[in-house]
Amino acid sequence: MTDSATTGTHHCFQLKGANVAMTALELHFFDTEAFEDTLRDKIRQAPGFFRDIPLILALEKYEGLTTELDFFQIIGICRRHSIHVVAIRGGNEDQRRLARNASLALLPATTQREQPVAADTPEEPAAVAETEATVTSGPVAAKIINQTVRSGQQVYAPEGDLVILAPVQAGAEVLAAGNIHVYGPLRGRALAGVHGQESARVFCQSLEAELVSIAGHYKISEDLQDHGWKTAVQIQLRDDLLVVTPLEKA
Amino acid sequence: MAKIIVVTSGKGGVGKTTTSASISTGLARRGHKTVVIDFDVGLRNLDLIMNCERRVVYDFVNVIQGEASLNQALIRDKRVDTLYILPASQTREKEALTREGVEKIINELSRTFDYIVCDSPAGIEHGALMALYYADEAIVVTNPEVSSVRDSDRILGILQSKSRRAELGQDPVKEHLLLTRYNPVRVEKGEMLSVADVEEILAIPLLGVIPESQVVLNSSNQGMPVILEDESDAGQAYEDAVARLLGEEREHRFMTSQKKGFFSRMFKG
Repeated sequence: MTDSATTGTHHCFQLKGANVAMTALELHFFDTEAFEDTLRDKIRQAPGFFRDIPLILALEKYEGLTTELDFFQIIGICRRHSIHVVAIRGGNEDQRRLARNASLALLPATTQREQPVAADTPEEPAAVAETEATVTSGPVAAKIINQTVRSGQQVYAPEGDLVILAPVQAGAEVLAAGNIHVYGPLRGRALAGVHGQESARVFCQSLEAELVSIAGHYKISEDLQDHGWKTAVQIQLRDDLLVVTPLEKA
Repeated sequence: MAKIIVVTSGKGGVGKTTTSASISTGLARRGHKTVVIDFDVGLRNLDLIMNCERRVVYDFVNVIQGEASLNQALIRDKRVDTLYILPASQTREKEALTREGVEKIINELSRTFDYIVCDSPAGIEHGALMALYYADEAIVVTNPEVSSVRDSDRILGILQSKSRRAELGQDPVKEHLLLTRYNPVRVEKGEMLSVADVEEILAIPLLGVIPESQVVLNSSNQGMPVILEDESDAGQAYEDAVARLLGEEREHRFMTSQKKGFFSRMFKG
């Protein structure tokens, strides 16, 4: 509960957690011409996608010299192509100091090892009181939820898969960067591959969903009812279409 | 320490106040010292159903704001002498319920009472959040129809995330489903959800099923908690619910047997 709920005062603003899918540019070395040529080539493949997007400059795999890393040049080139560099990710101390001078935000390096999922989950106003565990077998931890996800609640797995061992109720929303497994009826909204992973799938024991989305391609309840409604199914993306197939008992 | 029970639903008009009156009366009638608090500031109803509206001098908000003591505001029930009512304010704004103020009163009542029943207002706004915040147990009142079930689901989510128990990471609030206005004939016709449907969707233990009944309306109008109508099916259903709340095993009635009775009567006639 926020302060305003108990005191009745109105604040100028309120801070909320937000999750946005962002594009990261993984820089291996920097050369002005090579950079602009590669960028131009990428944009030609999907002009709409790159228009006015925010971009993160990822430095984890940077192999060039720090002295060659000219952030002002990079920002300028990107700006010419309507791309806004907003932050760097990773980098050593010198590189981060240079980035700060160029007014870029600093993000911590992502390691491929699992991190405690709870720690980087933003505080949602109606977040589930989570009893969660992390799976350590895969490279990225899956988020596991044991209790019913109720109407108005949202559960988000920002990195890996989301596994729910309970019903997802109508009016609830579950999101994951990877696959979503619901070992119960899926009555709410399920959005898999929220960062654009088209191979992501949704699995559920009973398809009763309001909406299913994979990498931004979605179907609403009305369009889902013809195939596998109220049965155990998996949903995947094939040629930009969501395909529902029954889960055969092995 | 008193056990704090919130009667809540999300949706309005499903029978929260009727249930609060009957459950608190039922607990008190079994000898437990019980107080029922009306959290519906601005729209007080509980005192009408408990037939004490003419005895209200001070209310919940007066006590929170230090204008009256608890003893001045508490109204002793005339029928059951272990039952007290703390009425809501008719004139104040609901923001008058501050978390600190409510906590102070609940703590004070906890010292002398066995049960504190909180009658929540409809909705998921401030008043409803205050009513459920301190709860140990919740009776979620639901009508057998889709929108009521959806709102109950929402309230269950809020109980899991915004109650004191959730915030402190204690054992979760114990949830009970109370299905009211249940009409087996209309269920049979497909006009209402069945007990099984609602149980399947909400997935919480069933405390009781209160049949739709003219007796409920009549007794409300007369300022009499339904549970005191010992002969009526609704009164007996509430009595069963109180027994289950206290941990007794009672078979559920008025869901199938009632239906059979009705049909056999139809076929005879």
